[in-house]
Amino acid sequence: MALLEVKDLKVRVEEREILHGLSLTVNEGEVHAIMGPNGSGKSTLSHVIAGKPGYEVTDGQILFKGEDLLEMEPDERAAKGVFLAFQYPVEIPGVATMTFLRTALNAQRKARGESEYSTPDFLKKVREVSKSLNIPQDMLKRGVNVGFSGGEKKRNEVLQMALFEPSLCILDEMDSGLDIDALRIAADGVNALRSPGRAMVVITHYQRLLNYIVPDFVHVMSKGRVVKSGGKDLALELEASGYTQFEDAA
Amino acid sequence: MNVAVAKTGNGRAVSDLFASAEGRLPGSPDVIAARREAFESYERLGLPHRRIEEWKYTDLRALVGEVLPLAAAPDAAALKRAADAVKAQAIAGACKLVLVDGVFAADLSDVKALASEVTLKALREMLDKDAGLLKTASTDAVIALNAALATDGVVLSIADGAQLSAPVQIIHVATAASASAFTRSRVAVGKGARATIIESFVAAGAKAYQVNDAVIVQIGDDADVAHIRLMDDAPDAVNVTSQFVTVGANTKLNFFNMTTGAAVSRLQGFITFSGEGSELAVNGVNLLKKTEHGDTTLVVDHAVPNCVSRETFRAVIDDRAHSVFQGRIIVRPDAQKTDGKMMTRALLLSDEAEADNKPELEIFADDVSCGHGATAGALDDSLLFYLKARGLPEKQAQALLIQAFVGEAIEQIADDGLREHVIGIAERWLEQRS
Repeated sequence: MALLEVKDLKVRVEEREILHGLSLTVNEGEVHAIMGPNGSGKSTLSHVIAGKPGYEVTDGQILFKGEDLLEMEPDERAAKGVFLAFQYPVEIPGVATMTFLRTALNAQRKARGESEYSTPDFLKKVREVSKSLNIPQDMLKRGVNVGFSGGEKKRNEVLQMALFEPSLCILDEMDSGLDIDALRIAADGVNALRSPGRAMVVITHYQRLLNYIVPDFVHVMSKGRVVKSGGKDLALELEASGYTQFEDAA
Repeated sequence: MNVAVAKTGNGRAVSDLFASAEGRLPGSPDVIAARREAFESYERLGLPHRRIEEWKYTDLRALVGEVLPLAAAPDAAALKRAADAVKAQAIAGACKLVLVDGVFAADLSDVKALASEVTLKALREMLDKDAGLLKTASTDAVIALNAALATDGVVLSIADGAQLSAPVQIIHVATAASASAFTRSRVAVGKGARATIIESFVAAGAKAYQVNDAVIVQIGDDADVAHIRLMDDAPDAVNVTSQFVTVGANTKLNFFNMTTGAAVSRLQGFITFSGEGSELAVNGVNLLKKTEHGDTTLVVDHAVPNCVSRETFRAVIDDRAHSVFQGRIIVRPDAQKTDGKMMTRALLLSDEAEADNKPELEIFADDVSCGHGATAGALDDSLLFYLKARGLPEKQAQALLIQAFVGEAIEQIADDGLREHVIGIAERWLEQRS
């Protein structure tokens, strides 16, 4: 059974159809890159998988571990193992990062019928994970993402990914707003989390990110559909020739 | 609408009220005469209504209608119920002073545990000695009514230089349903003293009661005072409280109020700087649900130069509840170098929730820094989605954001234990949201 199966998905925002019958299959352990020009529907796909309000699915299906994802609330999807790393992680003033992490982790565990972490156990776990990702303890003492640089925000997303141990990670334009050093640090964090039990969908406009997170498969989206799929070489090909050919094809 | 008719109607009801209460009111014939005068002044005005500017958003005639008869003095059974309620409300380490249905209950209070620098008397013992206890500068009808009918209260005096390690907690307990309690207290804080005063309002099973409380706080020079009020009344109660505070020179006052109950509540605070170089922080939180109406009205009077005031007010309004914040900063002609700011924010959790924010600056000096801001809005959808995408169910995500919203005001409470206690009340309110 595939981990994620998107079948002929059609999605509208207000009156406009953004996805016109998109299909995608992701198996455990695979890393898929989704590339495409602005407005091709890449971010819409990530939002619909995570359950962001404001999108109307008019046709098609999303199955996650064989279950209908579209029937679940966003928090249920998170507890099942879906993780969206946001393109622009929000700042939440007044909510301490540690409180947020503990509340989220325990909410997911509770939803799965697992025991909640005690405070000392939780602190131990966060310390381990943040150390392995080179995240300074100082960052954890602040409000969620408050005053964080672009790079720090992305590292905080990677920290959560490491802590929640999802089986599907969707990285939405992880490279946006990052300089090359910040990108390398974030990508190293992601690579450390690659494992046979975990799949990743890397959404990006630029091939650059794929130098650091090397995918198994590359899909090109244009005008709400996947128009071409291939191996990692497809990304290089796109870098040379651009997206224009696919816009014509779609 | 015929105003005269409404006034007469209220006046008649109060006449009966005063006649029936008179036998229970403490004080010499002179005090009773002063009470009668106060009550006649109330009778002329009647309950405040929307055409009185200060009461525009809290029309007591429409919201409350009538003043209920005085609660009977508590009997043994009432005191027993009150004792249980006090146990549930007491703050660890605080010296409790308990007023039950408007009467000081020495047996439920930690009178012996009070520090030696604190003098405590019941109001009823002091009225004949100090005629000033029933007098305030205000001409407000509810304050006149309080002067007329106050049955008891505490008169506290904290000596110069006293450094109180334990907070003093005045707990008002209502045990009598469909009755009213009128209390008046005075707290005098001496020069250089340091103290924490807490006031709690709670019900011991009583329903539909009314509270009218007045507190006179006089703080000397070089003092450091935290004054915390927790209005956690029964959901169908009415609580109107008036506070008159004067702040001496080079003094710090940190005032905090949280309203989490009562069908109709109003805290009106009148805070006046009487000495230079003082700092005032006023922080308030209203947590309102169902059809509750909560009003916080503050007048900060910069009567002297070189003082700082900061007001931070947060309202969380669910269902069809209505929150009112009126903040006025007055800067007198001589009060140069005044630094006065207020910020009020309302969080509307439903389409039918209502917030009225009315900031006012009256500035008569020319070298000052004053400002105000007001916002009202719903929870931010993008923040909610972020939290849900991390596994928090809707209600839990909302609760976390609401706590963060009110946190800015609650964080101003310096004492860790007290702050945790207040956070606990806010958390309980959040858990009770259906």
